[in-house]
Amino acid sequence: MTTTPETRPLPGGPTTGSRRPPANPPAAVSFEDRMATVEFRVAPSPHITVDGDACRGCTTKACVTACPANLFVPTADGGILFNYEQCFECGTCYLVCNTAGAITWTYPDGGHGVVFLRS
Amino acid sequence: MSGAGDRFDAVVVGAGPAGATAALVLARAGCSVCLLERGPFPGSKNMYGGVVYPRVLDELLPAWWEEAPVQRWVTRRATMALTATQAFTVDFRTTSWATPPYNGATAFRPDFDAWLAGKAVDAGAVLLASTTATGLLRDERSGAVCGVRTDRPDGDLRAPVVVACDGVNSFLAKDAGLHRPVDPANYTLGAKEVLALDRRIIEERFALGEGQGADFEIIGGTEGIPGGAFLYTNLDSLAVGVVVRLPELAASGRRPEQLIATLKAHPAIAPLVAGGDLIEYSAHLIPEGGLRMMPRLVGDGILVAGDAAALCLAAGIWLEGVNFAVASGAAAGAAVAEALAAGDTSRRGLAGYRTRLERSFVLADHRKLRHAPHFVLSERVQHRYPQLVCNLAEAMFTVTNPAPKVGARRALRREARRLGLRTRHLAHDAWRALRTFG
Repeated sequence: MTTTPETRPLPGGPTTGSRRPPANPPAAVSFEDRMATVEFRVAPSPHITVDGDACRGCTTKACVTACPANLFVPTADGGILFNYEQCFECGTCYLVCNTAGAITWTYPDGGHGVVFLRS
Repeated sequence: MSGAGDRFDAVVVGAGPAGATAALVLARAGCSVCLLERGPFPGSKNMYGGVVYPRVLDELLPAWWEEAPVQRWVTRRATMALTATQAFTVDFRTTSWATPPYNGATAFRPDFDAWLAGKAVDAGAVLLASTTATGLLRDERSGAVCGVRTDRPDGDLRAPVVVACDGVNSFLAKDAGLHRPVDPANYTLGAKEVLALDRRIIEERFALGEGQGADFEIIGGTEGIPGGAFLYTNLDSLAVGVVVRLPELAASGRRPEQLIATLKAHPAIAPLVAGGDLIEYSAHLIPEGGLRMMPRLVGDGILVAGDAAALCLAAGIWLEGVNFAVASGAAAGAAVAEALAAGDTSRRGLAGYRTRLERSFVLADHRKLRHAPHFVLSERVQHRYPQLVCNLAEAMFTVTNPAPKVGARRALRREARRLGLRTRHLAHDAWRALRTFG
């Protein structure tokens, strides 16, 4: 049987990453430049949702530091802001979260999300 | 056995090494098989800590080394114990790993996995990339798994068997009820930087012949968080990273990239990575718990392979995964073909999968090394022994004239005492190490 790897159009989401490293990155790479080395085909809708009410009662907020992509930002009112666009889809956030149901996590729609090239 | 439309003999979810191999074996057995991949191409979601041991492919793909997309053939394997200021390294090299059939290779997973999945396609498997399996389909009467739902319009794929090779988070195996409640302590996070460096500089710096590679596995380089670190050579780049257990990472308040920065600044590591420009940062979870976390491998109409089944071997001196994925995928493919031929894809009909794994290195190694993950991540192995071996080496090799030499036994007693290690600890752990690795 022949193969049809792509029977629908390739996801057309914006590509926020670059295949090329930033020109002459400084000795200590900024987090923005670090993430710019990774290709992301951003899906139109988020694959992770965070329940702000559940987070406000959380004292550890382990997701904030453990997420390797630094996607969780604590807000002034004790909640969590979340950006799904540069997610590695690793699963660290929901595994370190100690509040059941605070983080709902699935995989992004097919063809979207992180694309590793040299890992 | 032939599929028509959205019906197949088997649906394999995930085109990593486990899924690609399962699909290859099934297609060769004459089964119609659909290989689903949620990334735009196989391997695009995959990263690892560096070395593939492809001898597992000898039977399936003879002379695989002539075409497998590898970066370098590993001829130098070092294990380093680090403290903040010291490094003790066991450094092994051999020429026998530099010629076919080789031993290990560094490779980019997006290249390697895509190559292996291509073999399944060549054998007749239908690869559907950019397609996420969103859940299992179940037979209304029996409750047996009978396909998967996907995120494509009209995207149900029906088959009497689903092979879940959907990786460490395996939502399908969880959906099937095969996993026990998830314990974060069974998982580590791997975070890695790939640093561009000229290939001649790499070969000079690591004292390697052309095309040869080095793999350094490191203990003690993770700021006290249980885990390990690694440094290895690609063709035109280095890869350096940390692997840390989740609960302690979370409790530490340290960020993964900070841990990599600390490692790269270590006096024994810094000169090796100097001048390397970051070209890709990546992260992935690793199922490190071994037998302790392994799910049930078979259900009615479903079996689980690769990382989805926690078949990754994280045993300190042996760190393997791709080969376990390949072997489990091959066993799954063969068992499914057998079950389809016999017309029984119930849990009982698929039980040959487990038997095959028991007979292969997959479960033999996991059984033999079942205590290793726990032992390797224990407090003394993580903290005090790296310090002990470094202090002992420093005591032995520091010439303290005019004072006479101390002697090995006295130095060991003295350094152990300084670290609060008693003879019974040393004896107990020596016995444990023998029992674990012997």
